[in-house]
Amino acid sequence: MARIRPTLTETPSQTAGPYVHIGCIPSFAGLTGVYPQDLGLSQIESGAGGEKITIRGSVFDGTGACLRDAMLESWQADAGGLFAGQPGADPKISGFCRFAPDAETGEFTLSTIKPGPVAHQGGFQAPHIALWIVARGINTGLQTRIYFADEDNSADPLLTRIQPQARVQTLIAKVTGQSEYRFDIRLQGDAETVFLDI
Amino acid sequence: MLDSGHLIARKRAIHPVALHPPYKSTVARAPQSALLSMDSTATEEYGPVFGHELLGPLDNNLILNFSRDQTPAIGERILVHGRVLDQNSRPIVGALIEIWQANAGGRYRHVHDTYFAPLDTNFGGCGRTKTDADGAYEFMTIRPGAYPWPNGGNDWRPMHIHFSIFGHAFGQRLISQMYFQGDPLIDLCPIAATIKDRSQLDRLIAPLDMSRAKPLDHLAYRFDIVLRGRAQTRFENRPEGM
Repeated sequence: MARIRPTLTETPSQTAGPYVHIGCIPSFAGLTGVYPQDLGLSQIESGAGGEKITIRGSVFDGTGACLRDAMLESWQADAGGLFAGQPGADPKISGFCRFAPDAETGEFTLSTIKPGPVAHQGGFQAPHIALWIVARGINTGLQTRIYFADEDNSADPLLTRIQPQARVQTLIAKVTGQSEYRFDIRLQGDAETVFLDI
Repeated sequence: MLDSGHLIARKRAIHPVALHPPYKSTVARAPQSALLSMDSTATEEYGPVFGHELLGPLDNNLILNFSRDQTPAIGERILVHGRVLDQNSRPIVGALIEIWQANAGGRYRHVHDTYFAPLDTNFGGCGRTKTDADGAYEFMTIRPGAYPWPNGGNDWRPMHIHFSIFGHAFGQRLISQMYFQGDPLIDLCPIAATIKDRSQLDRLIAPLDMSRAKPLDHLAYRFDIVLRGRAQTRFENRPEGM
């Protein structure tokens, strides 16, 4: 089989800036009347399989202040561990959400379905949600993942690569109640969240 | 899924550095630890699917999509067009592109923009479209103005349009900015300067394209976009028996 050699270079990134909401979450910018609704408002239609969960958190900068101008996107499998586009995936879940921290409290809320383990090279990745974070001052969108404290994460191929292992905790959402979790993101400094290049 | 195989690793040297003190917001927002690298997994190799029913007829026409009575936005009328390709030079069909920008005076329609240049009653500043079977896209808009920002004592952003692009895989996700050929503010901009390789910054500067200008109507600029491609599936990574 012929080997495909990449011939082009990816377009370089630039910061999303403080007004990213105009393009991505217009109603958050106070801009209405162009689209019927913001993209990625909710990923669950009624009838979706699985446990409904809520994840709350904030994004902190290196001074400990929380970002109020960030935009986050999440991408995940359904309760059976399948992504939209894969045969057999739950048609009631898009797998994609867009959200921003509350302008007053700086806290974001992600309401979704707990994803199932995802098949991976004969084994599984532990249940997780991919996150992508952009904001003023972030020049290239930051990739990370949310895992869950009440799941078996011991054999996950990504978590087992992290050195030192103490940093694994930065990717684990804490249980705060029935079907409720907390996941804070620290961009810089002590307890800095693990960011990914994958 | 038509495509398969791991995503080609990002060449970080062509992207901006995370910490660039002249762009002051990066100082407290740049991670200090190295990024964790590994081959992409299904999580990064699949991505959200957006149907064409998402798009309204004026979604890619910023001159008219916010106007209440078909009065066009004020400013220099331009067509912005190009193609979205992957690194293997293949067109990405159905890529969702969202753009946002200031109006002709450099004012954003955002609750947090307090610059005293006025809002344009007929200009919202956001648009979206999907690429066609050739990977091509186009927007009609007005050329955004430069604007001052609180960074250095007298910093001004060059004229620019923000681009957000979805390919077929979540790992291809990209946000960038398009600049305009000949704008002298590009060389003074601390945000543009986060890209250390000048030849890479030059790829964000759209040339004037008279071949797509329409006489007595609008000028045109061309902006092509490349997203990450896929490497050939590595056989040694396949599970036994496949």
